Amino acid sequence: MHNSEKSSIFAANLIPNTIKVKNIVVRFCGDSGDGMQLTGNMFAQLAAEMGHEISTLPDFPAEIRAPQGTLGGVSAFQVELGQEVYTSGDKADVVVAMNAAALKVCTLGSHFNHPQAHFDEEFSLFHRHAILIVDTDSLTDKDLEKAQYHTPNPFEELGIPESVQIVPVALTTLTKEALKDSGMDNKSVLKCRNMFALGLIYWLFDEPMEKAIHLLEEKFKKKPALVAPNTKVMVDGYNYGQNLALNVQQVHLEPSEGSDLRQNSADGSKLNAESSYTSIAGNKATAWGLIAAAEKAGKRLFLGSYPITPATDILHELAARKDMNVMAIQAEDEIAGVCTAIGAAFAGDLACTSTSGPGLSLKSEAIGLAVMAELPLVVIDVQRGGPSTGLPTKTEQTDLLQALYGRNGECPAVVIAASSSANCFDYAYEACKIALENMTPVILMTDTYLANGTALWRIPKLAELPEIHPQGVPEELKGQYNPALRDARGVRYWAYPGMEGYEHRNIGLERDAEKGTISTNPENHEQMVLARKHKIEQIANSIPNLQTLKPSNLQTLKPSNLQTSDTLLVGWGSTEGHLHAAANELGCDLAHFNYICPLPKNTREILSQYKRIVVCELNTGQFATYLRAQFPDIKFEQYNEIQGQPFAVERIVNFVKKSEC
Amino acid sequence: MEASQFKSDQYVRFCPGCGDHAICMALQKAMAQIGIPTHQVAVISGIGCSSRMPHYLNTYGFNTIHGRGGAIATGVKTSHPELTVWQMSGDGDCLAIGGNHFIHEIRRNVDLNICLFNNRIYGLTKGQYSPTSPKGFVSKSSPFGTVERPFIPAELVLGARGTFFARTLDVDVPTTVDCLVAAQQHKGASVVECLVNCVIFNNGTHSWIADREQREEHSIILRHGEKMIFGKNKDKGLAVEIDPQTFVPRLIVVPADDERVLVHDAHQQDPTLHRLLALMGQERNLEVNAPSLLPIALGVIRDVEAETYDQAVNEQIQKVRASSQAHTFDELTATLDQWS
Repeated sequence: MHNSEKSSIFAANLIPNTIKVKNIVVRFCGDSGDGMQLTGNMFAQLAAEMGHEISTLPDFPAEIRAPQGTLGGVSAFQVELGQEVYTSGDKADVVVAMNAAALKVCTLGSHFNHPQAHFDEEFSLFHRHAILIVDTDSLTDKDLEKAQYHTPNPFEELGIPESVQIVPVALTTLTKEALKDSGMDNKSVLKCRNMFALGLIYWLFDEPMEKAIHLLEEKFKKKPALVAPNTKVMVDGYNYGQNLALNVQQVHLEPSEGSDLRQNSADGSKLNAESSYTSIAGNKATAWGLIAAAEKAGKRLFLGSYPITPATDILHELAARKDMNVMAIQAEDEIAGVCTAIGAAFAGDLACTSTSGPGLSLKSEAIGLAVMAELPLVVIDVQRGGPSTGLPTKTEQTDLLQALYGRNGECPAVVIAASSSANCFDYAYEACKIALENMTPVILMTDTYLANGTALWRIPKLAELPEIHPQGVPEELKGQYNPALRDARGVRYWAYPGMEGYEHRNIGLERDAEKGTISTNPENHEQMVLARKHKIEQIANSIPNLQTLKPSNLQTLKPSNLQTSDTLLVGWGSTEGHLHAAANELGCDLAHFNYICPLPKNTREILSQYKRIVVCELNTGQFATYLRAQFPDIKFEQYNEIQGQPFAVERIVNFVKKSEC
Repeated sequence: MEASQFKSDQYVRFCPGCGDHAICMALQKAMAQIGIPTHQVAVISGIGCSSRMPHYLNTYGFNTIHGRGGAIATGVKTSHPELTVWQMSGDGDCLAIGGNHFIHEIRRNVDLNICLFNNRIYGLTKGQYSPTSPKGFVSKSSPFGTVERPFIPAELVLGARGTFFARTLDVDVPTTVDCLVAAQQHKGASVVECLVNCVIFNNGTHSWIADREQREEHSIILRHGEKMIFGKNKDKGLAVEIDPQTFVPRLIVVPADDERVLVHDAHQQDPTLHRLLALMGQERNLEVNAPSLLPIALGVIRDVEAETYDQAVNEQIQKVRASSQAHTFDELTATLDQWS
């Protein structure tokens, strides 16, 4: 929920009935082995199918299975659903905690390791008025010891305020009871606990069980033996809520009514009856954007990649898409990932490589080769916490300067960024279009938050996507072609092996501006450096202008001394949802960038309209640094967080209000 | 086709006397003999003296970055198996900085023709020891002699489960042409180790066999199906002997008319004998001035069939496509769980 007064709907009203809300945040947390990601995904998908907007945040440890029951092994999945969903939510309204460790982590947030920490709304992952469903079977002395409790009463020890509505449920016992006649062994039975919790949450949200069962059957399609027991447990969970009439209000989410889905489709289209929707994760959307672009461009899609968190799902998806004629190679290392792609680009394909920060470092020299050889190449950087191995499963925007500048020599490349899980599709498509039409590497920035998060996606038809015209070579150059020949835009012509009469030698060495052969001539080098620079700059002619976002709910603005119309929030990439929500709350404007190099042509014009500009990023100010270099006469303030987590809208709002001078 | 059709208009800039001149000529001859048109041929290289080779061949060429020629060539061939793809590389480019790509292109058996120019030195950076310099080798970066153990390229190729290995000598153009043609005919990763002289920084490195008077005594040219005979007077042969104590097989020199003289079988899948042959005379390559008792093997040592990566990966795509309903983006999105 976007502002605090909404959360009061959960004030301890013990009379069961149904209340209506516009949006709500649910967090599932448990042990790494408790199936929290599956549970959360199923819940989010059903919510999306019921017509709600969704935004999800899987939040899991880097270890596949940390020691069971420990604080380090807590895996969580958060989803905001409803209308005007811009983010996966600052704090949860409803929490399912499957064990003692999860209870502790979600109560104390980042302070879970502090010995004397108590519930503190600033750090807690849920609200003061949240509903907290806890498996009471998982609070034995042994469980408490593993989770480093010091007393036998976890609720008291954690200082959970009375305003939080605790719903104790013997999840384990009830699951065992549900499956007592199934003949399953104890271990398999316990694996179904998550479905009891899911059923209970479905009851809480009054979701239709037929659809839920259908969805479960789909999820377990490949393991048919698990369908029946999981369905039984889920339905029992639902009935448990129904029959015992838990002292909790059921929640009825109001369905979307043509609400703003701007962040879910690049064209700003509204939900409409003629379109079809699905929920999609950012990495999958990215992969599908590449597939669509290849088909539109009439090129074979080639991916050279190496497994790396959190980018690997792109490789998985494209390796599975042989039906789409995709050639996906799992290379021997990151360098081979990009180099096989460069080979495919040299041979005329739409070539891509996917990676995360450490991989981008390794690929730097080869990206420089693609800049020098002027070949189309799409590099996808799914950013994670760094430097070095850093925080592999957490989100951050710390690779921007690496993408812009992290290569030897004067080495300009295009840098663009997706800003929602769904528009990863659009920007992956756009990256391909720019690369193929301008013979340049394009670095597409996404991050853990977008990659693993899911959002509602309006499924486009290929015909409605922009045309892609890959650079070719004029017929009259046959027999006279060389790799330095350019068109009027300054983009070199593309000929590749198999084309008779265009044989040539491409190089990573400097080439003669006319003949295309190796040259060490001083003037020629300068001329070529400027030609490559100009080639990137002219791309600004074909990208959309920057649009500022005005606050959508001016009528709900709280009285404030803030001269908000003078203030502009600035961001780039995955923070768009958070900044959108913050701008709405502050009543100020937002300029969110998807095109970073080159910047949209009207950037200066927009920025110079504001007295106060606050650049908000999940790093120490990389985009702000870049903007200052471009516009030295404009003053940029910064708001930064570097905790491996998405922004909290509330903190942005507080910062902008507090630091107002 | 004529060798001249494969000559580019570029002035060849190898040092006068460099072994690469001869290999360049042999490549042009071999490509003409193979007869694949210039626009169907891509020559990929990394960085180093030998990596300049694409500039002198009138085909498609790509002179890339240090060590990465193998990965880039893999991308070219896998995405376009209809092309003939050559990789030009040196002992530094291929075995040091590009070692990982080298073993993996061999392991995958990508249908590439890989020329590994081995002059046992870094020439373009002006004389540092390489992974094939013998132990004790004095160079600018090893003024007191190296203390490290070198690679024997053949051993690396076989260790990576290589399907083709040939060795040739710069000054022996006919054998080089034969090896290059055989490399092209072989389906899979074909490695041709070209022993080349670096006239500036490592002159005479292969003189043990390169000198005319010594060559026939110190080397043997292996030909599939022929007896392993060598020597100025063709009076020596190779036979295999099992040590009765250790059961280790080893090659020995016997008179040419000895009935034990082996017949070369390059197509034998078991690499045991190929390894013994490839390691003959390598003592000098392991340590400076070590005595070599057996002749160095030249010619095609190993040439066995195996599925190629580029073919397998493309066939898998065709197979999956044939059995799936969705082939376009719109058909693909139609398979999604969706609602209006």
